[in-house]
Parts: sequence; structure tokens; C-alpha cells
Amino acid sequence: MIATAGRPLIFEGVPGPETLAVHRKRLGALPPAARRSDLIGILEASGLQGRGGAGFPVGRKWRSVAERAGGRAVVLVNGAEGEPLSVKDRSLMTTRPHLLVDGALLAADAVGAEEVIFYVGAEHHAARASMSRALAERKPDFGRRRLRLLQAPTAYVAGEETAAINFVQSGIAKPTTTPPRPFERGVRGRPTLVQNVESLAVAALIAQYGDSWYRGLGRGSASGFGLVTVSGAVDRPGIREIELGSSVAEVAEAAGSTGSALQAVLLGGYFGAFASADEAWDLPLEHAGMRARGFALGCGVVSLISEAECGVTTTSRIMAYMASQSARQCGPCVFGLAAIAEATARLSARRAHGDDLERIARWGAQLTGRGACRHPDGAVGLLASALRVFEEEFVAHQRGRCLRQLARRAA
Amino acid sequence: MTTIEIDRIRCDGHGLCAELLPELIALDDWGYPLLKDRAVPPAVLAHARRAVDACPVLALGLKQPAQV
Repeated sequence: MIATAGRPLIFEGVPGPETLAVHRKRLGALPPAARRSDLIGILEASGLQGRGGAGFPVGRKWRSVAERAGGRAVVLVNGAEGEPLSVKDRSLMTTRPHLLVDGALLAADAVGAEEVIFYVGAEHHAARASMSRALAERKPDFGRRRLRLLQAPTAYVAGEETAAINFVQSGIAKPTTTPPRPFERGVRGRPTLVQNVESLAVAALIAQYGDSWYRGLGRGSASGFGLVTVSGAVDRPGIREIELGSSVAEVAEAAGSTGSALQAVLLGGYFGAFASADEAWDLPLEHAGMRARGFALGCGVVSLISEAECGVTTTSRIMAYMASQSARQCGPCVFGLAAIAEATARLSARRAHGDDLERIARWGAQLTGRGACRHPDGAVGLLASALRVFEEEFVAHQRGRCLRQLARRAA
Repeated sequence: MTTIEIDRIRCDGHGLCAELLPELIALDDWGYPLLKDRAVPPAVLAHARRAVDACPVLALGLKQPAQV
């Protein structure tokens, strides 16, 4: 854990599920209603950006819902966490359920909601059990509001915000055409705030300590802190709490990587992008700086790819997964991702057809913006980064050779 | 300027739009529309309207510019 200015943050203290008593002792009572009245303004001033993937400003999102709500809004707490390389959301729900409940209550107050729905990935058993216990204990805090705990189906797109709303209404966790966006018309036509669990937990801390406290954290021009999930070629994979603006190097070193024999880093998960090790090492983990370089913090995935790993094979595995996770509603996504996955699998197996490499590049470039949701965009964004970072390896595979395998044989 | 909207969930790749509005719509390898440009120039507006009317699944639409 990288210390952050001496204040207790999300994972400080007891490692397991935190009881309400311990939670209150550690972080104090919810701020009084008077101090909460301008919570949206405080969140806007804090600069907090969403942690589900898109990085949308949290305060602005709450305001958009509040302006339309008339006290009838719905808060949908998004704990679907379908990203295979991320574990921070389930961990937060498992070990800090009361902090999340605080965040959901504050959001419900701020936007004027009459219903709060906790939407937790069906496969996150410990998280669901912990949230269920916490909600039973906290039910009185929700007053007359309707409170529900729903299981999000195990599917990559189930956490997409229109898919989450669709699931609440119809039991089908597939995205819908936008507009309307959820903040306009979501659950039962009500303005709906769909917010990732980490964003809500951090919002609860900002409500407690203020926006200047939050802005005071962070390195360089970045402000705030966040959770990242480190995986791949490291000795100690797992969740790190970092000040935003910390470099990939710091996070990797804290997880036991020296950076030697490192080939690339996958940033932001399967919706993100590969960066070469050289590009990534000093890269600050924060929204604006990463965006300026063509990357995204996304849901905070930092996955290290070793020199020995074949980038084509890794890419092929991810493309196969992304194709399998299409909601199968939009033709370009269904057929385009399947074709890309098949051609990439042939490349990986060094049995490419004559123009597979050229074709996946062309199909990839054509897919952006051609689905109801951004699932195809995410997949082909990752593909484009792979074709750039692992270019040499892709060209070798098109010609039937794997450079990593040749290197192993030569050694 | 008027823009073209495609409901990607409704679209089944019948391809009539590309035949009636080749100025703005091509088809990908599976017969689904590829927009060359969302903006519809006045010169092709009549073609665009015919394409919208011809779509068998009502997936194609035109959006008027917001009133100022």
C-alpha cells in the first residue's frame, strides 16, 4: 500500500470484512445533512472521475441526474466487475461494504432517489454475501427508499450501464440503444445514476474529508487516489491503493517487478491498450496524462507482459474472449469480432491465411462506433495497440514464425 | 446539417441503404452499413430519405439539426 497523506483510506486497517462498528470508528459518522447539502458541488470541485472505465466526472454525473430527478431518481450501484483482470471492486464490496453503503446513501440523498439497487456480479460470492449482511444491518438508514440487491449475470457487457438498467427491468443484461442515456431515462423511465462501486466509496470519503483533501492527494498535476489491480509478470499481484499520478514503475516495483525482461504493459484491462515497456515505465497513472498519450486508466488494470510472452498469443486470447462476450445484438460486433478472433487465432497458431494480418487491421479500423454499446470499440482499441506494440511479432507470425519460440530455442 | 442515424441493434444488414445512398453508405464484409459521413449534404437528401423509407427493419433514420 502506498501511503496517502496520513488519512485512513479504503483498505487501511483490518484485512477482512469491516463491521459497521469498526467502519465508524475508523472513518467517523456520516457527515451531518447540512454539510451534505452541497455534496454535488464538493464532488465537482474534487475532480473525482469515475472508476468503472469511462472516467466520467462524478459530480457532473450526479448533477445531471439531480436536475431531472424530482425526488424520483434511481441509484444503481454497479458492482458487476466483469473485467477479467480487475478484482478491486469485488474486494471493496467484500471488505468495505459499509463504506460503499455510505456512498450509496449519500448519492441517493444528493440526487433525490427513491430507490437504490446494488448490482453485484453473480460470480463475486464473497462480495454478495458481505453486501447482503451490510444492507440487512443498514436497511433503516434507507428510510422509505426501496432497496434491492441484484445479481449481475457473469458477462463482460453486464456492467455496461444501459445493460445494467435493462437487466433491472427485463432480466436481460444487454445494452440498449442510446439516447436516452440513463441519467435522462433509466430504470422505469426515471433518471438513473449508474455508478461504479469504487467511485461511490471514494465519494463517501470526499464527503467526509472535503474536496481540498482529495485534491491534495496525487502526484504532479494529478489529484486524488485510486485502486489499481496489478497482474501478470510480478511476484505479488493484487490490489494497490495509489495516489493518482504514480508511475507504472512504482506500482510494478511495489508488486515485485524490477522492470527487467519486461516487454509491455496492458493498461486499463481488455477495454484498454498495450503500451511497450519503454512507453509504460514512467507513465503516470492518471486520467488526463494517460489520455494525452493515447491510453486510459479505465478500471485501473496494470498487467505486466514479460519478454518471454508471445504478444500475438496474448492478443488472440483476449480477442477470443471479447468476441465470446458480444451481446450478439449488433451485426458488426457479432461478425466483426468473431472474424477478428478467428484470424488472430490463426496468426497465433502460425497458420495464417495470406492476408490475415492486413484483414484484422482493416476490420478493426471499421468497427469503432458501430455497436449500440462500446464493446466493439473497446476490443478493437486493444487490437490496434497490440498491432503497434507487437508489430514485429505479428509480422513474424504471418510468415509462420514465432520470435519468442525461436529465442527460447536459441537459449 | 441533417445527419444519418443507424439503430445498430435493429439493423439486420439487408443492405438496401447502400444501394439507395451509395454517396454515404458502403457495406462491410458481412453486409452491414459503413457510414462514410454522418452529415447528409442537401444534394443527397432525397436519396437519404428514400433509403430511410426503404429500410425493412426501420433501423435507418435522419436527425434534423437542433433548432437554435
